[in-house]
Amino acid sequence: MADILNALVVLANFVIIPGIAYGSQLALGALGITLIYGILRFSNFAHGDSMAFGAMVVILVTWWLQSLGVSIHPLPTALLALPVGILVTCILLLGTDRIVYRFYRKAKAAPIILVMASLGVMFIMNGLVRFIIGPNNQQFADGARFIIRARDFKVMTGLDEGLTIKVSQGITVITAVAVVAALFWFLNRTRTGKSMRAFSDNEDLALLSGINPERVVMITWIIVAALATIAGTLYGIDKTFKPFIYFQLLLPMFAAAIVGGLGNPLGAIAGGFVIAFSEVTVTYAFKKVLIYLLPESLEPNTLFQLLSTDYKFAVSFSILVLVLLFRPTGIFRGQTI
Amino acid sequence: MNTRNIVYFTIVFLLLAGVGLVQSWSVAFALLNLCLISSVMALGVNIQWGYAGLFSVGTMGFVALGGVATVVTSMPPVHDAIRAGGLGILAAMIVAVATVLIAARVWRRMAAGRNRTLAMTAILIGGFFLYRFIFDPAVARIEAVNPAGTGYLGGLGLPILFSWIVGGIFAAGAAWVIGKISLGLRSDYLAIATLGISEIIIAVIKNEDWLTRGVKNVNGIPRPTAYEVDLQASERFIANVDWLGLDLVSASSLYVKFSYAILFAIVLAIILWMSEKALKSPWGRMMRAIRDNEEAAEAMGKDVTRRHLQVFVLGSAVVGIAGAMLTSLDGLLTPGTYQPLRFTFLIWVMVIVGGSGNNWGSVLGGFLIWFLWIEVEPIGLWLMDLITSGMAEDSFLRDHLLGSAAHMRLLTMGVILLLVLRFSPRGLIPEK
Repeated sequence: MADILNALVVLANFVIIPGIAYGSQLALGALGITLIYGILRFSNFAHGDSMAFGAMVVILVTWWLQSLGVSIHPLPTALLALPVGILVTCILLLGTDRIVYRFYRKAKAAPIILVMASLGVMFIMNGLVRFIIGPNNQQFADGARFIIRARDFKVMTGLDEGLTIKVSQGITVITAVAVVAALFWFLNRTRTGKSMRAFSDNEDLALLSGINPERVVMITWIIVAALATIAGTLYGIDKTFKPFIYFQLLLPMFAAAIVGGLGNPLGAIAGGFVIAFSEVTVTYAFKKVLIYLLPESLEPNTLFQLLSTDYKFAVSFSILVLVLLFRPTGIFRGQTI
Repeated sequence: MNTRNIVYFTIVFLLLAGVGLVQSWSVAFALLNLCLISSVMALGVNIQWGYAGLFSVGTMGFVALGGVATVVTSMPPVHDAIRAGGLGILAAMIVAVATVLIAARVWRRMAAGRNRTLAMTAILIGGFFLYRFIFDPAVARIEAVNPAGTGYLGGLGLPILFSWIVGGIFAAGAAWVIGKISLGLRSDYLAIATLGISEIIIAVIKNEDWLTRGVKNVNGIPRPTAYEVDLQASERFIANVDWLGLDLVSASSLYVKFSYAILFAIVLAIILWMSEKALKSPWGRMMRAIRDNEEAAEAMGKDVTRRHLQVFVLGSAVVGIAGAMLTSLDGLLTPGTYQPLRFTFLIWVMVIVGGSGNNWGSVLGGFLIWFLWIEVEPIGLWLMDLITSGMAEDSFLRDHLLGSAAHMRLLTMGVILLLVLRFSPRGLIPEK
């Protein structure tokens, strides 16, 4: 019995908890992509770099707050800096929409032209972030580090294996749940949210019923800026902030949005967790879990790791390919245009 | 070629000559070589985007496959490693291919339902474990053979020029698989799928040490040209250099760069000629018809998906050839240097700026953008020097601005792309 519990603790420590945290971060990112797709109808390649930009502003404000001695111990100061980050990212995204995307929207350009414009925006944002904060790792997490330490857990339960829950993981999950709840409340209960959904479902009909498209687009960008900044900051606190990593997050986020069905917010969340858990399980070495579960005679002599961690892109990609092959509209039936 | 185009190309060559006069001829020829390679890459992307409207952002992956081709074809074989694990790798590959084939056959033969899904999953999982069971020990044996010097299988020891063709074939093979999956679906799916595959190809090259030595790099890839050391020892060369009154060391390095330039120019000329012929043939007209109106072309009985696959494979092959050329110019394969911004998005900027759909435009874009990419950094540094000249020596802002000048190039490229896309979407040399 103790063996099974130990195995479960190991699994929770290395697979379940990191998976939930990573899944929440991906889900928030994928929500941004899926909203842009639903309302503006193009795949926004600049989303990863929007996240990096938002996180960068948060980091700069955090450093400033830290230098002033402001702290909300045990929580990280970055949470205090979030509203500023969201505001600045909002201004940036609304500015790019005004300068770049609106022209193509008015001209009713093909979606692929908008995708290409988003590539240009990505270049600029990427340059901007590297210009301001540099291409290197930045540390900005402070406050308490652990909710439960491995040692305390062992003492508490008397098991051989310890369970660690980092504060960053706890904050990620709580924030993600709060943000998603607020978003769904907004989309389903408020007049503006309903007009957004109507616009996403059928643009012509929405226009006929007097919805102002520019207002819908503006609100979408504001929500996307908030989502991107929050996702970027959470990822930065939990793992590390490095501009290039945010670019690399594009693939898992797109995979999450497509798996869930592009344009479908519920699907983006589900997709985020599907991708995160597959990545973590496929690249985790199960040897330690199996040692507890199997009788001694069958003890494994290899790591039981399906793929090395460097192949985590391959995981999101394979899932993407499977979905494209067998169910191109995604699990939750997104739009197909 | 009308006068305007001639003016454009003259400007480019004057710019290069200017670099030769102001900086040095060695720098100018190094620039020219990379301009030529970039043009070939841009031609490849233009075949996909300009002819057929396919948006692929996996250029980096195909460039890297070209690089792998040079190693696999031209490096000398490592006999000990092949004896140790060659058979094992071969057997593992056979198992992998057989698994996929059997699974595909089961999928086609069995009736849809839970049984079919279960059977296929079982075959795939079983195949995967069998593959790893054979593959892992073989890899361990290969990597144990002199890990500091080789630790990989080596190549076939064939001439390096041959590897350029192999690079094209590798890239074409990968493109066929991607195309099969994602063409025929919505247009941005190809973009996302190619983005993924290029990251995976880089991951494979970085991690499969038995094939490419991973991040330990492969150096000393054979050259298609002479070596500086041999030239400096050759009496005829010394006599010629003396007659010209040049410095022996710089003359030999110039000679090598010049030979590369000639080889690359020949490849560029062949590919350009073939692309022009193809674009003006009935095939090219059909492609453009499909690009401009898929429904109409389909109604005329054209198989759109099939044609898309064809043109995607062709374009990727050209990019693969350029990738092999790049690696043989460097003489070493460094998987760590493949960056998507440099190898995918920069090439796109070249095509858009040059003029999508026009081969000459792509060549011009390749030259111009590569030139800017390299020269923006010194210009940015100069600009920053100018801006910061009024600031105090130890000012934090001054240090920061000077240090960040290197990132000016990303900003510049983004701004150029957006400006061209908005105000001159047909590019410098528009499609006829």
